[in-house]
Parts: sequence; structure tokens; C-alpha cells
Amino acid sequence: MIGSPDVVAFTKEDEFGQNNPDPWSIPEEFSIPLHPLADSNPWAKTSYAKFTKDFILISEFSEQVGPQPLLTIPDDPKVCGTFDLNYFSLRIMSVDYQASFVGHPPGSGYPRLSFVEDSRVVLGDSKEGAFAYIHHLTLYDLEARGFVRPFCMAYVSADERKIMLQFQELSLRFSQASECLKAGNRRAFAKELQRKLQDLEYTHSVLQREEGLQREAGPQCMYSAHAVEKANELANVEKSIYEHRDLLRQISCYHCRPRRDPHAVTCQKCMTQCLSECEALLDKYAKLANPFSYTDKGRKREDVQSPTDDGGGGKGAEEDEDEGIKRRSSYTPQLIKARSAKCFDKRLKTLQELCDEPFYEATMELLKETERSFRGDLCYLHTRRMDKALRRRQRITNFLFEEDLGDEDEDEGGMLRPFCAVNHDLDNYTILNPPPIVLGPEPVELDPLEPPDPLDPASETSHTQESELVLEEGNLDSSPSDQTLETQESSEETKGSFSSDKSGTGLAEKQQSLASVRSELPDPDSDLTPDADHNTDLERESSSEDMDITAGEDEGDNGGDQTPVSLLEVVSELEASMEDNCERRSGIESDLLVPIDTACCMAQEGFLYEASAPEAASHLDQSSHHQSSQTLVVNQEPQSLLPLQNDYAVGSLCSESPAAGLELPVGLLGDAVSRTTAEDGSDYTMSASTGSDRAASPLGYGGVVTLRQRKRAGHVALRFVRQYPFAIQALWCLLSGRTLVVLGADEGRVRRLVAALALFVPGPGKCGERVQAWLSCPFTLTDLKRWKLIGLQRVASPVGSSMLYSLSRYSRYISILDADQKTLRCPPYRGQLLANIADHRTYIRRGSTYFLHVQSTLCRLAAKAFLFTFTHHLHLPVSSTEGPEVVEGRRRCFLQEQLGLGEEDSQILLYLSQLVTQQYLQPPAGNSAVAPCFSFNYTTSVLYKI
Amino acid sequence: MLRWILGGREGQSSVEKSPVLCIGEEQPKNCFTELQVLKGHFDIVRFLVQIDDFRCASAGDDGLVLVWNVETGERLQELRGHSQQITAITTFTCSNGLMSHTSLITASSDRSLSLWDPDTGNRVQTISDLQSSVKCLLVLERLCVWFSGGEELCVWDRDFQLQCHRQNHSDTGITALIELPKNCIAAAMDKEIMIYRLTVSTDSTLSVAEMRCLSDHQDQIRALINVNDGLFASGSHAGELIIWDAIDWNILAYEHILWEESQTCAQAEIRLAAPKPSEMSIQHLTTNGKLILAAVGSGLYVYSILTKTVVAYRKVAHDSNVLHTMLLSDSELMSCSEDGSVRMWEIQELPLTAEPASPGFFGMWTFGRPNKQTGPPTKKVVDVPNIRTLELTGDLIGHSGAVQMFASFKENGLVTCSTDHLLILWKNGARQSCLRSLALFQKLEENGGL
Repeated sequence: MIGSPDVVAFTKEDEFGQNNPDPWSIPEEFSIPLHPLADSNPWAKTSYAKFTKDFILISEFSEQVGPQPLLTIPDDPKVCGTFDLNYFSLRIMSVDYQASFVGHPPGSGYPRLSFVEDSRVVLGDSKEGAFAYIHHLTLYDLEARGFVRPFCMAYVSADERKIMLQFQELSLRFSQASECLKAGNRRAFAKELQRKLQDLEYTHSVLQREEGLQREAGPQCMYSAHAVEKANELANVEKSIYEHRDLLRQISCYHCRPRRDPHAVTCQKCMTQCLSECEALLDKYAKLANPFSYTDKGRKREDVQSPTDDGGGGKGAEEDEDEGIKRRSSYTPQLIKARSAKCFDKRLKTLQELCDEPFYEATMELLKETERSFRGDLCYLHTRRMDKALRRRQRITNFLFEEDLGDEDEDEGGMLRPFCAVNHDLDNYTILNPPPIVLGPEPVELDPLEPPDPLDPASETSHTQESELVLEEGNLDSSPSDQTLETQESSEETKGSFSSDKSGTGLAEKQQSLASVRSELPDPDSDLTPDADHNTDLERESSSEDMDITAGEDEGDNGGDQTPVSLLEVVSELEASMEDNCERRSGIESDLLVPIDTACCMAQEGFLYEASAPEAASHLDQSSHHQSSQTLVVNQEPQSLLPLQNDYAVGSLCSESPAAGLELPVGLLGDAVSRTTAEDGSDYTMSASTGSDRAASPLGYGGVVTLRQRKRAGHVALRFVRQYPFAIQALWCLLSGRTLVVLGADEGRVRRLVAALALFVPGPGKCGERVQAWLSCPFTLTDLKRWKLIGLQRVASPVGSSMLYSLSRYSRYISILDADQKTLRCPPYRGQLLANIADHRTYIRRGSTYFLHVQSTLCRLAAKAFLFTFTHHLHLPVSSTEGPEVVEGRRRCFLQEQLGLGEEDSQILLYLSQLVTQQYLQPPAGNSAVAPCFSFNYTTSVLYKI
Repeated sequence: MLRWILGGREGQSSVEKSPVLCIGEEQPKNCFTELQVLKGHFDIVRFLVQIDDFRCASAGDDGLVLVWNVETGERLQELRGHSQQITAITTFTCSNGLMSHTSLITASSDRSLSLWDPDTGNRVQTISDLQSSVKCLLVLERLCVWFSGGEELCVWDRDFQLQCHRQNHSDTGITALIELPKNCIAAAMDKEIMIYRLTVSTDSTLSVAEMRCLSDHQDQIRALINVNDGLFASGSHAGELIIWDAIDWNILAYEHILWEESQTCAQAEIRLAAPKPSEMSIQHLTTNGKLILAAVGSGLYVYSILTKTVVAYRKVAHDSNVLHTMLLSDSELMSCSEDGSVRMWEIQELPLTAEPASPGFFGMWTFGRPNKQTGPPTKKVVDVPNIRTLELTGDLIGHSGAVQMFASFKENGLVTCSTDHLLILWKNGARQSCLRSLALFQKLEENGGL
């Protein structure tokens, strides 16, 4: 028997736990306890974990050997250390709440594929010190029992809180990975089915031939034992063909069924590809093939002459005796033996074999990305996210000194698009797919006697599709499209009836699950203990699994259009949950939102930190098993778990309807946070490279290369500041928009210096377009306009002299820092504004510290520039009687008196303000017709020496 | 500076003390603190024509005519059609009652003439297969006719119908055309100025009659301008400036600029012994009715009509030949040169201490140039009373080739065109910043806040 895994509840803060929290109080993570407890070593919790880092584990429940670990991400034995993966696989596979149903449901002749939604569980193993988010999924395998192979992906961490607080995002990312994997699996499954059908048809034709021979031999043989056996065998094969065809039909209508999972968004392109591929196969095997079609000459083409028949009428096609010339299939069919006896002697497919190659790779990529993005402890993740959210708010000025957060427009676009990890440009593994054929109410039928109407787009596409398929596959038939719809519906019904059956059996647990269902219903009357009527009502609703259960679910069911929206909201809630402390949240939302179920509002903090608290325990008892209405598949609970009262299966708890979102973004950031952070759920593909390395700089997680680079840049900048007394002038040049040319003979040195000084270039551009690290040819005015920091090679050659000529010619626009002779030629600067970042007697010793110091100073500058730019009366006359000189005087007064800036310091602000103005006025598309302006002023330069 | 850059190379002191005066980097009177580089041409840009208050057209050796918005720097139109370089461009304003519409007439080396609509970019009219290429254009707006000068003089109406033409006897052809009172025009041909009269007969046909040939110049005439209603002026390659009466075509004044200077400038006799022709050639003449500004070689001379004397001059105003000049006001002028710079000058009373501005760091223009001039800057003529000095108030450096021409749009800025295929739009940075702020708050209002 499986041991008792202490599945942890994913819960929310109890709304009654604490009322009216101070919205301005410091988040828990930042507050310093006044009297630290003796045993409150923050690292103590994780110290006994047997692995060093968080990792992702993929396990399967093999029907032959039971639970087994398949792979870990990162694929490094050091990561897991002495952690027993086998044991842990057993644990995590034992909490599979997917309602996988196998076999013949009553009233249906064929085996059914079970369409199972993924389930999400958080499990903790306190003995091992391991906690895991577990995502169960089911893949199809023709050779497996019930055609299904249960798998799970688990994010294993030593920090329980990390899992709990990152649950939504983990869930989102694993859902995406799972969808990707399943999509690939469906393709692979369809291909496998196709091969199997070819085999079967071949076998069928062989058997028929034999039977025909027997029939010719004489009527007396008709009833011999051998003949009867042959007839039975033939019937078996035919049945098998029907079954497989039906499976094919089922797999092809996978997409048509409503999804309960709000995260289950599939790429439209993958979907249509898969759909059309399945369609094509379905067309092909819609009826039994001609018995003599598998001749040496090849197989015959039937798509033009045979009428469409609806599955059952396959025998009619057997009369077709057309000997067309067929192309050979690349696959040679094999004769199928009667029934393979044992299932244990065969080798089961590996995960890689179960999934189409590009999809598998994309999934692995996704998981690796997920692992990367969750590196670091909770505090780090939290800070990074908060930092990101804050920076997103400063859209107007953050281009100045902040690192780019990634293309936000693209993010939004990507958010609205269903996610797809597969790079479609590389789709060369499959036949060229025609435009998607959408299953509609009208079947696409080809008239057998007439050529398809070329003006009819539907028939045309299907025709082209077929003709293309002929090249690849061989035999084709016309499509009984209407039948697939019917099949889909029947499968839905079957499943629904099943789940209602099951819910009757385990009513006790059901109550809790329904409580969570109710929490998402906009029903203000519901309270903590649901009444019976309500229960049954909900039960009926939830078990019938119709499209119209609740308003909240409808959104999830609408498929392509609506789901991304719900995704957005899920992420925004997720983000808000990161931002908001649980205590702060509860009081405010209680009057705004629907009542929340006990299980949902249970004090998370309390539960996590005061594990022995009696209230928490009682909550646990109450809600032994709760799930959301979306994941109705969780109905089937392993019997072994029944007595364990503190087990939780967490479905997609955060529902897709905004009203049902259990929290509002409250606090300092307000709704802008939820709006802006909604985007970064989707952009994580790039966030690891861009977002993390900036934020990561002090901490050392993620984006290692860039982090090192920036650290080094900070270090070199610090050294520059400490080494050169005129560093302040150099920085002033950069900040006031005067192009700085770093002249030197040694490329490495110049490049390093440029990289360091690039930290001070305002608005360096997304990829540092305003910085030219190394230039070895004379520059022109256009270059000066484009680059604000140039590394220039000093050469003693004719090229060098022309370069010097350009240097002297444009000397009024540039400052020249000679790295070899350690001189700087630039206008004099006497201001104080930069004194604290360019103090050569600074006490800062570490480059990263200095980098942060600089960032904060620049951030303040940017804020001042923002204020200056958007203060109306500093730029425009207040009344019509005022002349420009009055405004000018006011501006000067503001800069000098209120900001306390001298002449040169004002130039910095004026330049930053100009950049802000230009950025704000810039048309979003970037009008290339208008050349950018290049501003300068005429001042004398002086030569600074060391 | 140079020594500093070159790492202590010796012997540069003479270069640093360049005769070409250099204002240095401190230019408080220079208001052009912002520039925009306008790209679009593929060859030398030679001509700039102002279309209206905010548009100008540029044309050059690539045969392209580009119409620019000077306020924004936007390229409005691209007039393509000529296969060879543009040799002349002028505006042609037709006003019918209330509306006046400005078109562009261009002449090209491909021996064609075109009329363009700068609003739409359409080529309205075109004439090709002329016998020779047109070198100059003149529009008589009150008669709605225009002249083209080359090897022959042609008169056209606004519909591009040839009214009459006249063959020339000179080899060089007409290089400049100006309008004179009483329907007369003056055409510069080599060393002569030919006066033609346009007569409109009763059946409204036009005819051109040769009136007089003025052959007082010793060398090829380089510049021919109208001064005011009663005067016109011409300048020759040999440095002769002649003021003519526009009515009866008599010489009113004759100034041989270099000759005069060689008298006053005692130290320069070595160079003046064999002056290169280009050094005394009058490249360009411009006037505001009271003063004539002559670009002579690399120097500038301001000639007063009233006193009929040179009132101010700078013999070496640029490092190289001055190509275009402009009188901004009675005391301010501007010049551009082959050395790639535009300079702004002010006519000032001669200060007692006539030390030129310090060359500062940047006497380096002429480094490595063959035609660098040595010797201290010329500031003589102290003995001549009444003479004033031209003081450099600012320079614009940006082009990497000769600045061919510039056009001023008053407060909207200045456009320069150059052999480096670029146009640069120079603007007053403070004013632009103000305009941008205005735009910012307008957009802010439209957006309803940030």
C-alpha cells in the first residue's frame, strides 16, 4: 500500500482571520522580526532535503513495473543528490486524480478513448523534505492498457511555501507543457493508428482471399471447423478495423469537445494540423478496403468512385472492383496475428516515442524554461516580480536607464494568441497540410460520379488534401464528417453519465468538492456548509458536464476566443497573489466578491507556519478533498486516500471568471499591477534572458552570462570612477547627451570601458543601439547622431589620420576619452549632481553594489526628468500675456531653486527631458520618414589629465 | 589638441596657428543647436529651392528632386523622371485670382525640361529631346512665361509651348539670366552680357529681340544678379564687379577686387604676384538692395551701393572657395564653402584691438590638406576710414563634403546641401524644444493623461 503522502492544501487567506489590515504595511517578506525565535533559522526548513536545487521530475505509472521516474530537469545527477526518485515517483503517482476511464461504457460497442483533463496536486513529503507541484496527464498509446499511459510532471522543491505561492504560475506553465506534449502524443497516436489500420486491412484482405478460395473449393467446406475459424478470424479483424477506425475518429474529435481546463489552450495551428491529419486518416479508413487492394501493383484509389458511407456500411465498398494504379505507401503492412497473448512481454513505448518529435522537444524546452524561471528562493522571485511590475508602470521613463523588459506589444499579442511552443517554421516533418477543414454541420462529401466543383472551396480543399495525401499515404476515401460530430457527442454523454455514477458513490468527499464549486458560482447566499438541495443541484450540474453549467464555466468552454482572456485573468490573479499579502487581501475583497469557501479562505500563512494550529487542522478536516468544478475528472479518487483527511487535490482552483477570482489586486500597485503583470505570464520565454538578469544582478540566480557581464560592467565602472579623477566629467557628458568617444589602441580595454560606461547612457535602446563598442573607421555626423558612446580604435596609419580628422572636425559634438593617455577632453563640469556616483574616494568596493547604487541614482534622475517634462507651466505660458522669456525664467527657477541644479546639472535634466518628450511623441510604429534630431550646444572643451 | 591626439607628435605648431580664423567651440550667437540629417540623394546635391514657408526642394546630380518638410524633416515627395543630373531648378508660381500654385521647373543634362507639382509629386509637363541642355531658367511671372538658357534662348508659356527661341553665337551658351525692367532680360554669355527685349505683338505672339551686347568684362562672367529696380550687377572670374544701370545698360561702377586689395595689403604681394584664378573669381553675388555680397575665392566682400566701395571684407573667410552666400540682414551674412562649413558673419565696426579670435584647439581643418594657406590672417586696411570688419559669429559643421548651397527658412531653420549626398536641417534647439513641449502637452490632452 502506498504510504500517506501529506498532500498540502492550496488555500487562501481566511477572510475572517484578520480584519482591516494596514494596506501600507511592509509585506511579510520585508519585515524584520523583532525577536527572532531561537529555532527560526530560515534555512532550517530546507536543510534536510536531500537535493540541492529545485528540479522537475517526470514519472510514469507503468503498467508493467509501476511508478518509475523517467527524467529530471535539469538532467544532472548532482541535482537530486541522494534523493530517492523511485520512492518519490511512487508518491506522486499515487495522488493521480485524473478520472481516467477505460473500457466499454454501457451502451457503446467500441472501446472509448478517455478524454482526461489534467489534474494538479500539491504534495509534501515532510520526511524527505520535499514538496512538489504535481501535474498529472494521460497520453495515448495503442498498445497500452485502455490505450492510456498515465504520466506526471512534478516540480520538486524543498520550500513548501514556494510551491504554494507559485502554484498558479506553475500550473499555467505545466499546463502549457502538458498541452504541448499531449498534442504531440495525439499526432503520434494517429500515426500509430494509421499503421495499425493498414496492417488490419492487409490482414483482412488476406483473410478474405483465403475465404474466397475456400468458398470456391465447395459448399461442403463452408461449415468445416477450419472455415468457421477463418470466418471468425475475419469477423474479428473486421471488428478490430471498426474499433480502430472509431479510435481514429475519437482522437480526431479531441479538439471539438469542450475543455474544462482554463489553462488548456492549444495552438490553433497545431490543432488544425492535427485535425486535418486525423481527418485525412479518417477519410482513408472510413470503410473497409477492397480485399484485393493490397496487390503487388499497389493499392487502388477509391476516393473518386466510392460513395461516402457512414462507418457501418463499410461492406458496400467491398464490391468496388476498380483496378486503378496506386502509389506505394512507404509503410509495408504486416499481417496481424490473432490476438497477442501477453501484455507483459512487449516493450512499452518511451515517452519520446509516444510524442511527435518536435512537440516533445518543445515540451522539454518549456520545462527547462520553467525550471530556469523558478530558480531562486521565494523572496527572490517575489522581488523580481515586484520589480518588474513596478518598472512596467513607468513606461514613460523606463526606457532611459532600465533594462528592456522585452517587447511588451509582442507580449500582449502573444497573450491573446493561444500559446504554442512548437516552432511552426520547422514543420517539415509532416506533409504539407491544406487549409484546415473545420468540422461543420454539413459533411464534406464528394460526389462519386462528378468531379468536385472547382468553385466550391470546401470540396476543393478536401480534394487537394486528398491528392496530397495520395502521394504520402495511398488509399483515400471521402469523409463522413458528420459522423465525427456525432461520435464526439456520444463520448461526451458517456463520460458524463459515468461521472454522475461515480459521484453518487463518494458523496461524502463530493460535498467538499462541491463547496469549492459553489465558491465560484455567483451565489451570494451560499455559506460555509452547503445545504443538501444546493448540493444535489450542483451535483447534477457538475456531473452532467454540459456546456451550460455555470456562467463561469461557460467562459472556459468557449474555446479559442475566450480562453486566452481567462488565461489573462488567471495570470493577473496569480500576479496579484504574489503582490498581495494574504492578510491584506481578505478584508477588502469580502464585500466585493462572492463568498469564499472555507477551504479556499483558509489561513495560508497560518497553515504553513503554524502547522500544529488546531484551526488549521480543523479546516483540513473539513475540506479533506476539494476541487474545482472545472476538473470534474477528479471525481475518481483513489480509495487508498480516503481515510487521509488532510489530502488535497487541487484542481484549477483559480477559475477563469473574473468575478470568481478570489482576490483583488489591492495595495500600493492597484489595478495597474494586475493589468501590467498580466503580460508577464506569457512572456516568460524571454523573461529569463532579459528580465532576470537585471533583477538578478545582486542575487546570482538566472541569466548567468548577462549577470556576469553586468557585474563586470559595474566593476569596471567602479574602477573607472576610482581611478580617474575626471570620471565625473565623463559621466556628465554621457548623461547630458554629448557623445563620448573612447579612444584607445587596445580593443579589449576599450570594449571593457565602453561596456562599463554604457551603464550611464540614457536610453541606450533595446539592444544598445546607441552604443558602438568598437569602431575602426572614421565616423560621420550620422554616426554621431546614432551613437552616444563610441569605442574608437587609435591607429597610426593613413586611416588613423583621417579618423583623427573626423575627430577634430566633429570635436564640438563629442568628448574624447583617451584610454591610453588617460585624458579626457570635454566641456567643464562643476556640478554636484553626479558627485555621489562618481566619487573616486567611494567606499563601495563591489561592482554589483556600485551598479545598484548607480541604478538608484539614475532612477532618481529619471523621476526628476519625468516631473520636469510633464510640468505644464515650465514649458508653456500660463496666460496669454506671458512671453517665452517668462516661461524660460520659470523653468530656470525650477531647475535651480526647486531641484537645486546648477547650469551643467540642468543640462542633464534637459537632455533626459528631451528624450522623454521624444519618446512620448514618437509614433508607436516608429516613423522612419522623419530623421531623428541631434541636439548639441556650443561650449568650449577643456582637457582633463589624470 | 592635435598633438594630444597624435600622442605628442612634434612640429605641428605651424598648423595650429592656421590663418583661417576659427571661432572655437564657444558660439553664443549661434542659435543652430539642433540638426537633422536628411538622407535621400545618391549623388551631389547642388540646388535648394524654397517652395513655400515650410517646404523646400533639393536637386542634384542623381537626377532626383526631393521635396522636404522643413519643419519636421520629413520627405514629402520624390520627383523621379530625369535620367541625368539636374542643371537648373526654379519655382513657377501661377496665380489665378485668389489661388496661387507653385510648381517646379527642372532642367537636366538629359536635355529635358519638366514641370512638377510638388503637392502630388506628379510630372505635369515634360519636354525632351532639346537640342542642348538648359543651364539656367528664368520665370517672368507677370507675363506667365519663362525662359530657358543654354546654347539657345527659348521662351515658353505656362503650358510648355515654345513661344520663340533664339540661337546664340557664343560657344559657352547662356550661364545666367535675369529680368530687367521694360520686358528686358539680361543673359550672361562667357564674357558678355546680352540684353534681350521681349515684345508681345498684337496677336499675342512673343518675340525676342537682341538689344545690346555689353562686353566690358575681361573674363568669364560667373554671377549676374538684380540689385534693385534700377541696377544690376555682374561678377567675373577675374574678380571684376560691375554695377550696371538696368534701364540704359551703362556701367555705374567698376570694382576690381583683387587689384584693390593688392594695393592695400602689403604683405600679400608674394601670393598676389600670381594669384590663382579661383582665388579671385567671383563665385557668387547676393544683394539686399543696399549691399552686395560677393564671394571671391575663399573670401567675402561686402560692397555698398551707396558709397560704391567695399565696406567690409574678409579675404580668407573659408578654407576653400565660397560657393554660396546670403545677406540675412544689413549686418548679418552667411556663407558656405567647399571646406564643408557654413559660417555666419556679422559686419562690425572695426575694433581697436583687431586680434582675431583665438584659434583654440581647432585650427586643424587644414591638416593634411594640400591647399592650406599659411600666414597670419589679413586684417589690414586700418588706414582706410569707413571700413568695417566681418566677424565670425558662428559656424555650422556637419557636412563631410563641400556645402553647395543653403536656404534659410527664418525661424524654421536652415537647410544645407552638400557633395556628401546629404542635406542637413539646422534648427534652433530652444525653439524646437518649445515646440516639442507644446506637442507633448497636446498629445497628453488628447490621450487624457498619461
